[in-house]
Amino acid sequence: MKIGLFIPCFMNELYPDVCVATYKLLKNLNIDIDYPMSQTCCGQPMANSGCSKDIETLAKQFVETFKDYDYIVAPSGSCVAMVKDHYGVFFKDDADYNKVKTSIYEVCEFLHDVIKIDKFDVSFPHKVGLHNSCHGHRMLKLATPSELNIPYDSKLKNLLSLVKDIELVTLQREDECCGFGGTFSVTEEDISIAMGKDRIKDHLDSHAQIITGADMSCLMHMDGIINRNNENIKVMHIVEILAGVEK
Amino acid sequence: MTSKEQILASIRENRVVVDTKLPSYDNFGMKFDDKFEHFKKMLESVGGHALCIKKEQLDETITSLYPEVKIITSNVEGFTKATFDANAQEDVHNLKDVELCVVEGNFAVAENGAVWVKNSNNKHRGLYFISENIVIVVKKDEIVNNMHEAYERVSFNNEDAYGVFISGPSKTADIEQSLVIGAHGPKSGYVIFVD
Amino acid sequence: MSSKHPLNAKAFVANDERMHWHDKALWFVREKRDITSKTIPEWEQLREYANSIKTHTMANLDKYLVEFEKNAQARGIEVHWAKDAKEHNEIVYNILKENNAKKIVKSKSMLTEECHLNPYLIEKGIEVVDTDLGERIVQLRNEPPSHVVLPAIHLKKQDVSDTFHEHLGTQEGNYDPTYLTRAARASLRENFLNADAGITGVNFAIANTGGFVVCTNEGNADMGANTPKLHIACMGIEKIIPRLEDLSVFTRLLARSATGQAVTAYTSHFHGPVVGGKMHIVIVDNLRSPFLKSEKYQKALNCIRCGACMNTCPIFRRSGGHSYEYVIPGPIGSSLATFRDPKKHKTLSFACTLCGSCSNVCPVKIDLDAQLYNHRQDLTQQGIIDSKKKFMLKSASWLMSHPTLFDLAGKVARKVVPLLPKSMLYTKSNVWGKNRDLPQMPKNSFKELYKKGIEDDK
Repeated sequence: MKIGLFIPCFMNELYPDVCVATYKLLKNLNIDIDYPMSQTCCGQPMANSGCSKDIETLAKQFVETFKDYDYIVAPSGSCVAMVKDHYGVFFKDDADYNKVKTSIYEVCEFLHDVIKIDKFDVSFPHKVGLHNSCHGHRMLKLATPSELNIPYDSKLKNLLSLVKDIELVTLQREDECCGFGGTFSVTEEDISIAMGKDRIKDHLDSHAQIITGADMSCLMHMDGIINRNNENIKVMHIVEILAGVEK
Repeated sequence: MTSKEQILASIRENRVVVDTKLPSYDNFGMKFDDKFEHFKKMLESVGGHALCIKKEQLDETITSLYPEVKIITSNVEGFTKATFDANAQEDVHNLKDVELCVVEGNFAVAENGAVWVKNSNNKHRGLYFISENIVIVVKKDEIVNNMHEAYERVSFNNEDAYGVFISGPSKTADIEQSLVIGAHGPKSGYVIFVD
Repeated sequence: MSSKHPLNAKAFVANDERMHWHDKALWFVREKRDITSKTIPEWEQLREYANSIKTHTMANLDKYLVEFEKNAQARGIEVHWAKDAKEHNEIVYNILKENNAKKIVKSKSMLTEECHLNPYLIEKGIEVVDTDLGERIVQLRNEPPSHVVLPAIHLKKQDVSDTFHEHLGTQEGNYDPTYLTRAARASLRENFLNADAGITGVNFAIANTGGFVVCTNEGNADMGANTPKLHIACMGIEKIIPRLEDLSVFTRLLARSATGQAVTAYTSHFHGPVVGGKMHIVIVDNLRSPFLKSEKYQKALNCIRCGACMNTCPIFRRSGGHSYEYVIPGPIGSSLATFRDPKKHKTLSFACTLCGSCSNVCPVKIDLDAQLYNHRQDLTQQGIIDSKKKFMLKSASWLMSHPTLFDLAGKVARKVVPLLPKSMLYTKSNVWGKNRDLPQMPKNSFKELYKKGIEDDK
């Protein structure tokens, strides 16, 4: 089983530590993992801004880069959702794309559904709030959205519950958006900040010490607000907790 | 072309919707072990009340619920305390001072506390709304589980052009989401099931 | 950037206390919806049924409209067809004129809002009284409703009290909702009794019976329809449903989705006029039929106006209905408005984080977030969205499709940014950094670390 590691562009530049944690987490499970150098960006920021036509080259390049792997794994729900849900327009029943579409996984989803992991040998003795990033949450169905009347499950919570000594806090709004939304964070700056502050406050009110989640973009947005306002809380990508990175 | 023809032509010309089958509701929907209990619970949650009595107790029950009201109209057999004949009025405006109407309900719906009211004994539809208070009298076993069962019993022929599901008294929450019972219609409502 | 929604939203967010109050009020309604929907084991199946009924209806819309007309006429209801708002208003006015009606009581109808019926009739010398409490409040304040189900949700009881004090003579400073509601009831009762005609909207028009259903909690539609001798009901072509029994699906979904109630207090079925009275129905297209040709947006016509997408939308809750500047606000309004007039409403599909919650609460399963995503693409294709923004994104996608350049650009940023003074980083053009710190710039990218060999530094 050969895994292609897909690292979202901004994470490559800004969060190499989280990328390393992802790589090591998979490597330590004896997974044959490769990081293809020709990758860049999935095109999501452009597509969500209305420029999906301009990213055709990116999409083709993405499929070319990753088509030969058994699985493609990425530490970002929204980038995976982009490839799965919005690349279709560029490929008419293309065998390579169809393969990519079904073999790409958000890393937690991969650990949960493919590897079916049942233990992590790590401890994280802190109070943690889980932020369900919307795309992973509702498009990839990493957990049951609060709106639906179907049996509840959460892949992210299932994984975190394997970590020793961790305490998951209960939020008032389980899956409220943090207000990042890609270029929304800039074009609708006022609402974006208001949503981010509310999301952080929900975690603070629940006495969380750490906000975690499966999308670094949401965490980056909240981290920016936390640092600006000197709030007493930190963000960590879920992979860092699972990989045993210290607080 | 008339506007009708233009609209229909535009629909036919534009349509790309792929057809799909209509569902069937046979034996579909939630059911209750104790339909009356659930009906009562749902009705109370919207500010109404439900009772179960013997037919002979109608007079005393309604009188004790509304001891003060003077202008009472009724089209329910077995209730004898009416003081005003709404059906004798040509104009619905003459009903404006009715304090209590006692009317027949055809059947109740357990899932949502609603009663289907379409009685041919009542001349003015406006009665159910213009009256300050309402009592709906329903035969004891006339409760269905859900709206699918309810609509199996709803039909319209040429004589009865109006029917309404009523669930509790009128209400509004338009001012800061604060629930106020008694908007434009009745300020209180009872559903009385009789044996 | 020419942007209306962001500017309107900025003004709404500026009053932090009120914005949070608005957010909480609507979240409360959304939570009630969640709780009620979870008491129905077959909830998701009901949504699927509603979706099927609507889809089937749209595929046979011409047939069902004709069937409805035939059956309604057989019941003594007069049926009119209006291709646009202007014709709709003229039809209503002519009916009123023929019947010498000078004063009308009106219950809630988003269609008549869309057609601007009130100002049209008032101009012609007709007195129009909105009778839904929320609508009455905004009418007295000369404002449009800010929500399809909760028209005055943007107002506090103090605002209502001030308005009623001015117009209805209530006590100054009495903020009690019961007191204020009773005052409106007394005043509106006079209006009901003096009106010459009642106008209502239509929630559902039933093809196989020729009747229609109006849902209210206040009983105002029934007071208005059943007290005067003349009843005019206005409906969009999309309000039709095939069979009477299909109402079982919609009456179970509508109120639960809207407010978390099991059903509205009144679900009234009109199948003909009151004794000695007249009943008219006006069927309106007004740019509805073009939706049918769009595979991407046709489902927007399936909307039953429950408002659930507004209550759940984190942007609506924090920007208010008026920020959308369209008769229907929120996610569904953003899609309808953009389809109808993309230039005018070009910011609305961007007033959204694509969180997808709206699609999950929608009782008829409209793919709202996908529609808003698609609108963004169409706006670009049509050359409507801001060219400066487009240029920046285009250069970004060009950069990103050239891996080496992209790496270089990243490297420069990582090397240079840490050396810059804060005053240079947090400039006016850096909107991100206005209220957020930038991430710490790491020394190396992951790609660089990987090349060096991650294994080694374990």
